[in-house]
Amino acid sequence: MNRVPTDQIWEWLDAVPDPEIPVISVVDLGIVRDVRWDAEILKVTVTPTYSGCPATSVINMDIETALRDHGIKDLKIETTIAPAWTTDWLSDKGRAQLEEYGIAPPQPAGGPERCPHCGSKAVEKVSQFGSTPCKAHWRCTDCLEPFDYFKCI
Amino acid sequence: MSRDEAFLQFLLRMGDNTLILGHRVSEWCGHAPVLEEDIALANTALDLIGQTQMWLGLAGDMDGGKSADDLAFLRDVWDFRNVLLVEVPNEDFGRTLMRQFLFDAWHSIMLGRLIKSSDERVAGIAAKASKEVAYHLERSSDTVVGLGDGTTESHDRMQAALDYLWPYVGEMFASDDVDAEMAAAGIAPNPNDLRDEYDALVQRVLADATLTIPDSAFAYKGGRTGQMHTEHLGHLLTQMQWLQRAYPGASW
Repeated sequence: MNRVPTDQIWEWLDAVPDPEIPVISVVDLGIVRDVRWDAEILKVTVTPTYSGCPATSVINMDIETALRDHGIKDLKIETTIAPAWTTDWLSDKGRAQLEEYGIAPPQPAGGPERCPHCGSKAVEKVSQFGSTPCKAHWRCTDCLEPFDYFKCI
Repeated sequence: MSRDEAFLQFLLRMGDNTLILGHRVSEWCGHAPVLEEDIALANTALDLIGQTQMWLGLAGDMDGGKSADDLAFLRDVWDFRNVLLVEVPNEDFGRTLMRQFLFDAWHSIMLGRLIKSSDERVAGIAAKASKEVAYHLERSSDTVVGLGDGTTESHDRMQAALDYLWPYVGEMFASDDVDAEMAAAGIAPNPNDLRDEYDALVQRVLADATLTIPDSAFAYKGGRTGQMHTEHLGHLLTQMQWLQRAYPGASW
C-alpha cells in the first residue's frame, strides 16, 4: 500500500471513539499528538490522559485496529508523556459533544460553567473524583440531577 | 557512589513511594465509608500506580533493562526504598486520609521542583504527575479539614492519626549521599530544602482542621535507605506479590 496522506489518517482516527467516553474521538480528546510516515512505517504518537488511566492500552489497540482495517500494514504506536496532556487540547467539537452527552466540559475556573442537563449555573461539587480519572462528580441544585465534570488539568 | 548508581536509587525512592502508597490506598477499594470516597480512593491509587510505572520504568532502564513489573513484583523487602510513612497500615479512614495529606504535601512540593530537573525524563514524569497530585492534595486537605473540624469523634480520630503519623514525616526530608549527588547534578532538590515550604503548608491546613502538631522532632528512619523497614512492608508484599511468587512469570 502506498503512503496514505496523513490528512486521511487523521480523518480515520477522528472516527475512533474514546472507550470510556464514546461520544468523543481520540482526536477530539487531544491525545493523538503526531501522525507521520517514517519510510514505509506509519508512526502514531499518543499521550495518556492520566498516567494510570486503564483506557490507555485499549485506546492504543483501538487505534491500531482501525488503521489496519483501513489497510495500513506497517504501523507503530509510540507513547510520549512530555509535554503532559492538558484539557486545553480538547477540540471545540469535543467540548460540545461532551456537554451534549451530559458531561460538563473543563473550565479554567476549576468547575463546570453550567449544568449540562438544564443549563443552570447553580451547581455544587460532590466529589473531586468521579467514574473515571478524568472526571469529577457534581450536581445541579436546580434540576437536582448529578453529572460528571471533565476535570481541567 | 557513581552518578548512575545514585540516579537509580533516586528513581527507586520515587517509584517505591508511589507503588507502596498506591497499593495501600487500593486496599480500600470496595470498603470505603461512602461510594464517593471509595471512588476517590481508587482513583488516587490508580494515579499513584500509573506514576509508579513511569518512575520504575525509568529505574528499570537504568538497571539493566528490567521492567517496572520486574522491580515491583520480584524484589524483596530489603530492596525497597520507600519512606516508612507510606507502608504503615491504613487503620481507619481518618488515618488513611491523614497519611495521604502528609504525603501529598511533600509529593506536590517535590514534583514542583523536579519539573525543573536537569534530566528531561525526570522533568517529563514530574510534569505529568504533578497535575494529578494537585488534585490529590486538594482533596486530602479538604478531607483533613472536614474531619478535623468536624464532630468530636472525627476530630479525636484525626488528632490520634496525626499523633501516630507525625514521627514518620521527618524521613521525607532526610538527606544522604544519594541526595547530595542528585542535587549536585541538578537532577533533584536536596529534600532538606523542602522542609520550610512543607511546614508552612501543613501548619496552615492543620490549623484550619483545629488539629495540634505534636511537639517533637523525632523521626523514624530507614525506609528510603533500605536499612530497616517496618514489619508491615513484608506483609504488604505477600499480598501484592503473591501471584508472581506462586506462579513465576505468569502474565495476562
